[in-house]
Amino acid sequence: MKALLFRDLKLAFRAGGGFGLGIAFFLIVVILVPFSVGPESGLLTKIAPGVLWLGALLACLLSLDRILALDWEDGTLDLVATSPLPLEGVVSVKALAHWITTGVPLVVAAPVFGVLLNLPPQGFVWLVASLALGTPALSVIGTFGAALTVGIKRGGLLLSLLILPLYVPTLIFGAELARRGAVGQEVTTPLLMLAGITFGVIALLPFASALVLRMNLR
Amino acid sequence: MGSIWEYANPVKFSQTVSRFLLPVAILAAIATIVGLIWGFFFTPDDYRQGATVKIIYLHVPSALMAINIWFMMLVTSLIWLVRRHHVSALAAKAAAPVGVVMTLIALWTGAVWGQPMWGTWWAWDPRLTSFLILFLFYLGYIALWEAIDNPDTAADLTAVLCIVGSVFAMLSRYAVNFWNQGLHQGASIMRAGAVTGADTEEKVSNVFFYPLMMCIVGFVLFFVALVLLRTRTEIHKRRTRALLARERLA
Repeated sequence: MKALLFRDLKLAFRAGGGFGLGIAFFLIVVILVPFSVGPESGLLTKIAPGVLWLGALLACLLSLDRILALDWEDGTLDLVATSPLPLEGVVSVKALAHWITTGVPLVVAAPVFGVLLNLPPQGFVWLVASLALGTPALSVIGTFGAALTVGIKRGGLLLSLLILPLYVPTLIFGAELARRGAVGQEVTTPLLMLAGITFGVIALLPFASALVLRMNLR
Repeated sequence: MGSIWEYANPVKFSQTVSRFLLPVAILAAIATIVGLIWGFFFTPDDYRQGATVKIIYLHVPSALMAINIWFMMLVTSLIWLVRRHHVSALAAKAAAPVGVVMTLIALWTGAVWGQPMWGTWWAWDPRLTSFLILFLFYLGYIALWEAIDNPDTAADLTAVLCIVGSVFAMLSRYAVNFWNQGLHQGASIMRAGAVTGADTEEKVSNVFFYPLMMCIVGFVLFFVALVLLRTRTEIHKRRTRALLARERLA
């Protein structure tokens, strides 16, 4: 499983692996927002946590079909499935690799982009905390979507349609946590709810992902 | 009369459908028409909402059906996954488009009702938002059915999506509740106090209640008739495809 993780990471970091695409996309979303809503700093401060969360979510979504599609096409997935590794472990590792290559850079970059959107100083901690806690959920849920649509040619759009409704609770609690942190309100409730969702999906969803992957590989 | 699983046999199912489809459809038509006419023409206007209250006879039944159809799909998906009865999977497939239409009717009539009452077509109220999310779930479910060629794989994957989707739909329901407090009133048709008479102003008066029940029964029967018909069509479609494939081989 460790070998699989390193293989996925290596593939992602090398040329053509698409590492950094997500973060560039995130940057572009953040830059485009002031163009569309206007440059007033008061307004930007108000919407900054929500925009940053939405940008991170879309950047995550963009790279989801890479999680399994390439391995599916060249047959790696069949080999991995017939190996003694449990498929539940494989999809967990895939989700972890996706989080390391997409989620972690987003978390690291978010404060920088927060400056661009005039995020108040006390908001940075909670923005990073909410993203660090929420992006693993995005990766795990996304892996489920990728496993669901892996057999479909040009399934990217369908994947978005299936995954976006599943992202709703994560987005609500994540953005709420970042917003409350930014305006200095009590953060306990959204923090606990977001943690609950993240750990819940990490614990349960790999079973569903492995199940649908098996159905697709049949 | 044997066990319910006998109807998992497509032939038996089709025979049963042929026998019951017409009576159910006729009953559905009678209940809906009587309920709507009763509701629209023979009930008084609400003292505050005026005649606009009458849209309740479309709004409440369709909203109820929108949720319950998803629940029915969840049950049939589970039956498909556990017992591998094709009729069950096809019934879930047949029900989904009906569910979409019911969700749309509920959203649309809600908007039409909300405009004069709340002064807005749309508000990001928890109930309204949940229905929008439910609508997205239905769309994703149907799109996944359409996208996969192999019928068994499609049935499997959509069944899992339905189950996982149900969990996330419940989560979203509570998340949006937390996220925004709304304009929409709580369920007041069967409120507990209505039975004991504790808060009689809060419950829906019997004058409105009976025609509303009639409409709900009509909608349920209408849904049953549609699902029976659509499931039978799916069975026929599958049989035609099998026959064509055999023809080509011969």
